[in-house]
Amino acid sequence: MEFNRGDSEASRILRDIQALKDTKSGIEHKLSVLEARLQEINLQDDAVSNGSSAPSSTVDSGFGNGLTPDMIYRYSRHLLLPSFGVEGQANLLKSSILVVGAGGLGSPALLYLAACGVGRLGIVDHDLVELNNMHRQIIHTEAYIGQSKVESAAASCRSINSTIQIVEHKEALRTSNALEILSKYDIVVDATDNAPSRYMISDCCVVLGKPLVSGAALGLEGQLTVYNYNGGPCYRCLFPTPPPTSACQRCADSGVLGVVPGIIGCLQALEAIKIASKIGEPLSGRMLIFDALSARIRTVKIRGKSVQCEVCGDHATFDQEQFLEFDYEKFTQSPLSASPLKLNLLPSDSRISSKEYNERIINGEAHVLVDVRPAHHYKIVSLPKSLNIPLSTLEGRLPEVSSALKEEEELNGIVSDSTAQLYVICRRGNDSQRAVQYLHKMGFTFSKDIIGGLESWANNVDRNFPTY
Amino acid sequence: MQLTLEFGGGLELLCESKKIHSVNVEPQNGAAKLNMKDLLLWVHTNLIKERPEMFMKGDTVRPGVLVLVNDCDWELSGQLETSLEEKDVVVFISTLHGG
Ligand SMILES: [Zn+2]
Repeated sequence: MEFNRGDSEASRILRDIQALKDTKSGIEHKLSVLEARLQEINLQDDAVSNGSSAPSSTVDSGFGNGLTPDMIYRYSRHLLLPSFGVEGQANLLKSSILVVGAGGLGSPALLYLAACGVGRLGIVDHDLVELNNMHRQIIHTEAYIGQSKVESAAASCRSINSTIQIVEHKEALRTSNALEILSKYDIVVDATDNAPSRYMISDCCVVLGKPLVSGAALGLEGQLTVYNYNGGPCYRCLFPTPPPTSACQRCADSGVLGVVPGIIGCLQALEAIKIASKIGEPLSGRMLIFDALSARIRTVKIRGKSVQCEVCGDHATFDQEQFLEFDYEKFTQSPLSASPLKLNLLPSDSRISSKEYNERIINGEAHVLVDVRPAHHYKIVSLPKSLNIPLSTLEGRLPEVSSALKEEEELNGIVSDSTAQLYVICRRGNDSQRAVQYLHKMGFTFSKDIIGGLESWANNVDRNFPTY
Repeated sequence: MQLTLEFGGGLELLCESKKIHSVNVEPQNGAAKLNMKDLLLWVHTNLIKERPEMFMKGDTVRPGVLVLVNDCDWELSGQLETSLEEKDVVVFISTLHGG
């Protein structure tokens, strides 16, 4: 039959794919072993040649500028720039830069910093590469999905420039390791994605006296500035009090156009290069604000170092010990890793699991399912027969819930003393709890939240249900 | 007096997703000049349509909002006391954390 033939062909293709994937991962393993070995050899050569950052050609060219023939050829377009020249390149080659975060900002920043010949480039991240990173985190390739972002980013950097030293820090930056890691570098690039990390990195840079190139992007906007440089302000001078957590949106919730962090990340690389090579005017005491939709970039003047700043001000006593003790998660009331919030607002009898909900559907239970996600989320994917009432509009749309329940009861021939059930779902199970809390208050005391939302449905009930 | 007000970094969501507002605001209570304190109250009353706590806290902007008067941080011009002139551009921008 037509069906069977299609079936067996599909399974043959699947087998072939699996076999090829196995071969591929074997090759990748061999590659990474060889790359690691090469790195080791280069480091040893480095030590022998007394810290020269050009392991591929460790003998000084003898042309008096410290650049080997290979370097002169590789960086020739830099050397030809009158305002950059040999001196700028030599300064770059001697510099060390740490990029915190190998995500949307870190991707282009790292690629350019590796390409331009920064002597030692450090990468900090604890995350793994995911498919939903690929649209913006362009340093990673599909082959690295599921693997460490730092390993993936380091491999890309090495493939662009094998002559610089690349240091992998496969860990989350915390107060306990930040001083040690940051102290090994001249310049720090903040390419993280959350408020507590931004305060922590800025404070650490103040304590260690390192310039900080800070970039941020969300949606269709970006911001960029240089902190703690040449008497300029630190992050806390500008933002002494952390914003409310509701004002700290994440790319995973609000979305981001991939190229927007790309642009800000490129500008971060540029500012770091300017500081490292000692050219131009770094963006200190100024902030660049980018609006993608209107294609406008404005550079504004911001306050200088604040005398009253608790970390860098005239009377500040903030030192390494205080830094180690400081609780950044408590200060900003949000977690250092950008992991999604998990609320627990309801008693357990007002919640059911996605599996239980599935059983109730199978049993033909009379019910209404309200999906409280925003309309543009609902358009991405939704459960059949669910009713989309975004949380922000729930207050005004309670009559719709009542009439949907009534309709369902009539359809199922339910008599007056029992009612159809009311379930609420959202993306991850936070807004649905907020909605149920409100519904309880408004008299829908029987409403229940589906624990973990559509994400749980995809993980526990229908593996083919799309997640985003 | 004619002013241009701009909202960014997500603050535009509080005023019907419109980023640029050309407005006419007169000095308040018979004063000769309009200052930022007056303007904040005016914005709060006339432009902010939802979640006002995301814009103001007490009599000033909430933490994490930068205010720029003619592309210059209002900290440099006297914050709430900054007096405004005809055709000034005032930008309210929420700091971003994403990446
Ligand atoms: Zn400061």
